[in-house]
Amino acid sequence: MISLVRVIWRVLLHTFHRRVTIQYPEQKPRLKPRWRGRIILSRDPDGGERCVACYLCAVVCPVECIALQATEDESGRRYPEFFRINFSRCIFCGYCEEACPTYAIQLTPDFEMSEYKRENLVYEKEDLLISGPGKYPDYNYYRVAGLSIAGKDKGQAEDEDPPVDLHTLMP
Amino acid sequence: MQEIVIPLLIVFVGLAVILGVASGLIWLERRLLALWQDRYGPNRVGPFGLLQVLADVIKILMKEDWIPPFADRPVFIIAPAITVVTTLMSFAVIAIAAGITVVDLGIGVLFFLAMSSLGVYSLVLGGWSSNDKYSLLGGLRAAAQMLSYELFMGLSLMGVVMLAGSFNLRDIVEAQRRLWFCVPQIVGLCVFFVAGLAETHRLPLDLPEADNELVAGYHSEYSSMKFGMFFLGEYIGITLISALITTFFFGGWLGPWLPDVVWFFIKTMAFVCLFIALRASLLRPRYDQLMSLAWKLMLPLALLNLIITGGVLLARR
Repeated sequence: MISLVRVIWRVLLHTFHRRVTIQYPEQKPRLKPRWRGRIILSRDPDGGERCVACYLCAVVCPVECIALQATEDESGRRYPEFFRINFSRCIFCGYCEEACPTYAIQLTPDFEMSEYKRENLVYEKEDLLISGPGKYPDYNYYRVAGLSIAGKDKGQAEDEDPPVDLHTLMP
Repeated sequence: MQEIVIPLLIVFVGLAVILGVASGLIWLERRLLALWQDRYGPNRVGPFGLLQVLADVIKILMKEDWIPPFADRPVFIIAPAITVVTTLMSFAVIAIAAGITVVDLGIGVLFFLAMSSLGVYSLVLGGWSSNDKYSLLGGLRAAAQMLSYELFMGLSLMGVVMLAGSFNLRDIVEAQRRLWFCVPQIVGLCVFFVAGLAETHRLPLDLPEADNELVAGYHSEYSSMKFGMFFLGEYIGITLISALITTFFFGGWLGPWLPDVVWFFIKTMAFVCLFIALRASLLRPRYDQLMSLAWKLMLPLALLNLIITGGVLLARR
């Protein structure tokens, strides 16, 4: 009986507590930097596309909302011909970011992407691609990879030894 | 002319006020529950979210009014009306202020008890005619709960009736000029309050509804305004019980400075808030706990209160 009265009293004391509700449209929530929101495609520090169209994100995506087509430019760099994310299916799990070997695909702290039409939630490459490098400002895949492209031959990448001719490599 | 116009005025103004208060209670309840749960509640539609009630009413009227094919149609349709009608009828005997009452009935207390007994039919018939096991269980619980609590609800008021020497609600209020009955009848007040909770099946004792075990119990098959009628009945019921607690134990319209009607309104609203506070804080008991509370604690208490009050009155004479 006394416990009942104490419970009621403690509930009534909540009249003077601070309310935890964030009044959303007027008051924006503070999102953490690692918040998994709208997906973007980032660029190299030099401005080139980071995505090498390896399909790993499309493979790992549990809801199969990522579609892309790989192609290659004249310098030998692979890039996606189109890159499409269907955000009406996306569950923002972040697996694509985990899978991406070049830090190209990244999730950002932004969730305000509601639309009146479902089709408008299908983002194409020009909607996804941003101008900056995102979370990894200094990373440039082609500068550390051993792949030879126009303007960078084998052995010229960072921390890469020059190639060894196997036929002259005798004990 | 005047003897026709004034009662009619009281009836229609009273009806408008009661229905307005009852629907306003939906907003009040949501805001208060939110306050005690550190939230805001409805605060978007109109000033302080007050127009939320209007939006809710429009929504509920627009909804499809679906009667399940397996239901007993006529009874299913009548059931929600009964609860609203009986609770509104009870308001007829309440004296809001000196002279402001629909009927100055000599047996006002008995009339109220009779009407609240009839209100049980609404839940039982609603649950039974839905032809659904959860609804039926809700209806069964409603019958058992409300009949057992009905019993000592009447008994708890008899102390008040003895002190006032009248069944008339106006006389009962007038008899509290020197001392409110909440002091000599504190036990009666407690018993009546618990019985009132059970009669309006409000949250600590809402076993007929019991959302999480009976999926809303007796009204789980109801939709649209029929469901709304059950809710309206419940909120009118809360107002009614609060008004009656005010009348029987807290001196009705009696109070200094302010007009009678304002005092009555303030006191009633205070009890409405108490009802909501109980909803915010207390847990629903098990069904057997509910029954043993009624028969093993409340009924003996009410009888004891009755005997002691009678004894004291006899000794004083």
